[in-house]
Amino acid sequence: MTIQFNDETFHGDFTFKNSDWAIKRFPFPFHEDSYMYSVNMEPHKSYRPGSVFEKTFDVDEHYVAEMKDRARVLADDPLRCQSLPHMTLAGWDLVELIMEAKAAEYPDLFELHKDGNRWRWINKPLGIDDTFTFLDESTLPYGPMEYITRQTQGDFAVLDQRDDNLWMDAGMVTTQADWSLDFDIGMNFFEWHAPVPKAHEMGIFVRALKFLLNIQQGQPARRLNWTMTVNPLLDTSPENYHKWGTMKQGLTMENIGEKQHLRVELQTFFRLPRSNALVFPIRCYLIRFEDLVTVPKWGRRLHRVIRDLPEELATYKGFIDNRPLMVEWLSQYDDGSPTSDGIWPDD
Amino acid sequence: MSKTVFPPSIKSRPVYGELEARAGSGHLMIADAEGAEAILDLAKSADAAFWAKAHIIYIPKGTGTKYSSQLEELGAGQYYAGPSYEAAQSRIRRALLDCHMGTQVYLTGTESLMGQAMAEATAAGIPHTAIQTEHRGSTARRMQCVHCKGITEDVTTDPFECSHCGLSLFVRDHYSRRLAAFQGVRVDAEDPGNIPEKVELFK
Ligand code: HEM
Repeated sequence: MTIQFNDETFHGDFTFKNSDWAIKRFPFPFHEDSYMYSVNMEPHKSYRPGSVFEKTFDVDEHYVAEMKDRARVLADDPLRCQSLPHMTLAGWDLVELIMEAKAAEYPDLFELHKDGNRWRWINKPLGIDDTFTFLDESTLPYGPMEYITRQTQGDFAVLDQRDDNLWMDAGMVTTQADWSLDFDIGMNFFEWHAPVPKAHEMGIFVRALKFLLNIQQGQPARRLNWTMTVNPLLDTSPENYHKWGTMKQGLTMENIGEKQHLRVELQTFFRLPRSNALVFPIRCYLIRFEDLVTVPKWGRRLHRVIRDLPEELATYKGFIDNRPLMVEWLSQYDDGSPTSDGIWPDD
Repeated sequence: MSKTVFPPSIKSRPVYGELEARAGSGHLMIADAEGAEAILDLAKSADAAFWAKAHIIYIPKGTGTKYSSQLEELGAGQYYAGPSYEAAQSRIRRALLDCHMGTQVYLTGTESLMGQAMAEATAAGIPHTAIQTEHRGSTARRMQCVHCKGITEDVTTDPFECSHCGLSLFVRDHYSRRLAAFQGVRVDAEDPGNIPEKVELFK
């Protein structure tokens, strides 16, 4: 299908809205009625046509508006995009990965024409038609990672692999769930995960790292993560927490359905060919509670998950104060009947 | 004064050891305040040949002359005492550049000094295995404000005021080696004006 791109905002007047199509394909993250951290990784294989798992890099109706929001955030704070000097080659690997995938999977939106190292890239939704020399930085308006991630939804962390660890040595981070690239850049896998409760003690990070170190080229993996956001705000950064923190106040039974959003991250992992780096795209999907409960199974299940979530997790995810209200509102959509296994709606 | 015992913390927070005199082609020692005591302790097991190859860079901070004459008398090939880390920084960079293969680096005193000198040493390509650390003295923290990015030195309370933008920040344990700083985040972000009373957590 051809995608109708929305004209919408993720700040200020918050005109973001999901169409019925976007609601039906939302990546609901709970396959059962409870949630705890786990090493929840699976191959990033094409799955369920039309779903967010079909394409290598999902493009949806929010694409153009999300890219405008990224440009706005970067103009305000250029430190959201950083790359240590040894990461330039990995940036080119990423240019190749994204351009090839998008041109092959969305031929009506993107085109890539190669003449040796002379590449022509056409991005129709954003009105871009650039010709450049692959691996020659001087032929692009930005560094390679910044160039391509200004045109791709989701945050990106690019990890250097050395000493049996991963090092966050580059990134584009404007849609994050409250962590700072500027603070975390240069850290290793255990260091940047340090603030997460319970998962270290459960051995999750040791096992997850082992899995990631062994990811091979052409065999990407994925997982889902989630949190809660009041208003459809993509930029929930610690840098701007003093500006958005107050939005968590003032939720009522009347407005919570519209204001409260479930925020789901589709995280994927790709080995890059020249640099041997790992790239970690973190794609954020938002859905307001009142849209989510139009799928009866999701409403029932979300109520049970939020009600029973361990306190440490609700605190870490930043919604402990609003949890009672969420549970009260969601309970209206839980008739107590059983839910089927898996994340998909019952048709 | 005894060595500092820190409570268990999260994995980004550095851990420190105990200095020992090691064989090396040179010895670069960077210390502030009570860090002098760690060097004086180490001196008990180091001979004149060791000191001949040593360069001590010392920032007394509040300790005045309490330790400086004792350090000077150790007979280091080079001895320098400076008024602040900033003042000593170009000398520290130069000394790190001059390090040969096999030079041992010793960092001791406050976390702020060790963190900053560690970042310089790593940037200069000194291998981790050639760098030792030992905490002595104040546990005050060097904090980065996540909002304005300004650094506030010698923070002893939680919350504290950012010395640059003035916001009241709470003190996290999350630590960046690159910045040599802990992270400070606005304490009243969700409820402006609701600032809890300061507690002295670090001395
Ligand atoms: C290499 C790619 C990865 C990167 C760059 C990354 C990055 C991050 C960051 C920056 C945070 C926020 C930490 C904070 O509070 O400051 C986080 C949280 C977390 N990460 Fe990762 N991560 C990666 C892979 C993984 C994997 C493979 C797992 C598998 C289990 C995982 C599990 C988690 C969990 C459970 C949280 C807490 C999330 C929450 O409760 O909302 N991460 N990650």
